[in-house]
Amino acid sequence: MANEKKMKASNKQVGNRLAGTIGIFVFLLVLGLFMAFPIYLAVVMSIKPSQEWFIFPPKLYAIDPTLDNFREMFKVAGQLWVPFSRYVFNSCFITVTVTVAQCFTASMAAFVLAKGKFRGSKVLNSVIVISLLYQSNVIYIVQYMVIAKLGMIDTYFALILPSIATPMGVFLMRQSIGQVPDAMIEAAKVDGASMFQICWKIVMPNQKPALMTLIIFAFQAAWNIQANTYVFDESLKTLPTAVTQAAASGIARQGVAMAAAVFMLIPPVVVFMLAQKNVIETMAHSGIKD
Amino acid sequence: MSGKISESDKKTRKSKKYIGSVDRSQSRECWLMLAPFMLLFTVFTIIPVLISLPVGFTNFDMVNTPDFVGLSNYKTLFLSDKTFINSIRVTLIFALFSGPVSYVLCFLLAWLINELHPKLKTIFTLIFYAPSMANVYTVWQLIFSGDQYGYANSILLDLGIINSSKQWLTDANYILYVVIIVQLWISLGAGFLALRAGFQNIDKSQYEAGAIEGIKNRWQELIYITIPSMGPQMMFAAVMQIVSAFTADMVGRNLVGFPSTDYAAHTIMTHAFDYGWIRYEMGYSSAICTVLFIVMFIMNKIISKVLGKYTD
Repeated sequence: MANEKKMKASNKQVGNRLAGTIGIFVFLLVLGLFMAFPIYLAVVMSIKPSQEWFIFPPKLYAIDPTLDNFREMFKVAGQLWVPFSRYVFNSCFITVTVTVAQCFTASMAAFVLAKGKFRGSKVLNSVIVISLLYQSNVIYIVQYMVIAKLGMIDTYFALILPSIATPMGVFLMRQSIGQVPDAMIEAAKVDGASMFQICWKIVMPNQKPALMTLIIFAFQAAWNIQANTYVFDESLKTLPTAVTQAAASGIARQGVAMAAAVFMLIPPVVVFMLAQKNVIETMAHSGIKD
Repeated sequence: MSGKISESDKKTRKSKKYIGSVDRSQSRECWLMLAPFMLLFTVFTIIPVLISLPVGFTNFDMVNTPDFVGLSNYKTLFLSDKTFINSIRVTLIFALFSGPVSYVLCFLLAWLINELHPKLKTIFTLIFYAPSMANVYTVWQLIFSGDQYGYANSILLDLGIINSSKQWLTDANYILYVVIIVQLWISLGAGFLALRAGFQNIDKSQYEAGAIEGIKNRWQELIYITIPSMGPQMMFAAVMQIVSAFTADMVGRNLVGFPSTDYAAHTIMTHAFDYGWIRYEMGYSSAICTVLFIVMFIMNKIISKVLGKYTD
C-alpha cells in the first residue's frame, strides 16, 4: 500500500517533469522566434531583388529570390586591388593563428593563475579584471604607437600579436579551472607531475566546455579583425575590409551590405556548431563513464 | 638541552628548505607558463593602459605633446559640461534597464536550455547567441524605419495600435527604448555562453545524490545544487554585463545616428567618442573614460561582494 503510494508520487513527479520540459520548450520557442526574426529578415533582405525593397506593405519573404546581391558583392570584391583569394587567405591565416595561439596561451596562463602558488598571483588576477573594465580611446592611440615602435606596421604581426592575449579569454578559463578540486592537482604533484603536465594532461581534458567557448569567442573576434589602422599594404588586408569596401560601393548598396553581413556570418556559425557538438558529445561520454 | 633544540631546529629548517626549493622551482615553472601570455598582454594592453591613465590630466590633441593641466578637465566635466551630465543620466537609465535584465535573461535561458535534449540545446544556444555574432544593425533600421515601409510601423498600423507612423529612430521619446531593445537583443553574448559552459560542466551525479536527499523539482535543484556550483561563471557573466551595459555606444550611434536627437541616446562612451575622434581632444576624452572606469570598478566590487559567497 505504502509502496503503491510512493510509486504514484514518483509517477506524478515524472509527469510533472515532462510537462515542465514541454513548457520550457514552448517558452524558448516563442522567445527564440522573436530573437531569430531580425536575422531571418537579414537573410531575406540579402536575397531580395532591389525592386522589391519598397513594396508596401513590407513583405516578410522574397517574392522572387535571387543571388544577385551575393554575385554583385563578389564581383566588386574581385575588382579590388588584389585578387579576392588573397583576402580569403589573409583572413583564414590570421584567424587560425590567433585562435590556436590564444587558446594555448590563455589556458596555460589561466591554469597558473587559478592553481599556481606564487607571489603576485593575486595582483595579476585583479589586473586582468581591471583591464577588462578600463576602456579608453587613448589606449588605441598608444597601441598604435607601440606597434609602430616595434616596426610592425604593415606586417602580419600587427594583425596577429595584439589579438592573442585577451584578458577576457584568461578570465573565462581561470573562472572555470578554479572549480577543479585542489585534491586532484595535489595528487598529481605527489605522483611527480610538473605543473605543465598537470595543466595539459589532467586539467585541460576536463575543461572542454570552457575551452570550446573560448574557441568560439577567439574565432569570432579574429574573423572580424579589420586591417584599417595597422596595415596599409592592400595585400595584407582581410576579408572584412574587402567585404566592407564591396558593400559600400555598388548600386544596390543595402542589398549588397546585407549579403556581405550574411556571408561573413557563415564561418563563425559553422565553428559554433562544431564546438557545441563537441561539448555535448564529450559530456555525454563522461556521463556514461561516471 | 640546547643540543636537542638545535637538532630539531635543523630538522625543521631542513624540511622548510625542501618545501622552499619546491616552491621556488614551482613558481619558476608558473612564470614560464605565464610568460607567453604575459609578454603579449604587457606589451599590447598593460603598457597602453598605464600610458593612457594620466592623459586625463592633460590637454592632448594627438599632434602636439600633451601639456599638464591638472584637474581642469574634470572640473569642466562636472561643472560646465551639460551634455556630459545628460550622458550620465542616459548611461544610468540604459545600464539599469539593459544590464540586470540581460543578466537575468542570460542565466535563465542558459538554465532552461540545459533542461532540453542535446540536439535542441545546440539549436537554441545558437539562436540566442547568433545576434551577438551578427553585424546586422541595418535590419533594425528597416524594422524601426520611420515611414510605412518600417516593419514595426506597418504591423502596429495594421493592428490599429497606432494611427500614424512613429519616428522610432528620430523622436527623442522613443530613441532610448529602441536602443535598449536592440542592445538586449545582442546582449546574450560572452556571459550567456560562459554560463552555458558552466551548466555543462556540472557533475550529473550531484543531481542523483540530490534526488536521494529529497530534492523534488527543478527549482530546488537550481537553488541547492546548480547555483552554488556556478559561482565563477556567474561572476564572469556579471563582469561582461557590466562592461557591455556601461560602455554601450556603437549600437546607438549606428542605429539612431550621431548625435542623436536631443542627445537622447548619448551615453558617456558616445561623449568620449565625440571628444576623442571628432574633436581630437584626447585629454578630455580620456578624463571621461576614467570617470566611467571608476563607476564600473565600484559596480564590479559591489557585485563580487554579492556573489562572493559562491566564488573562491
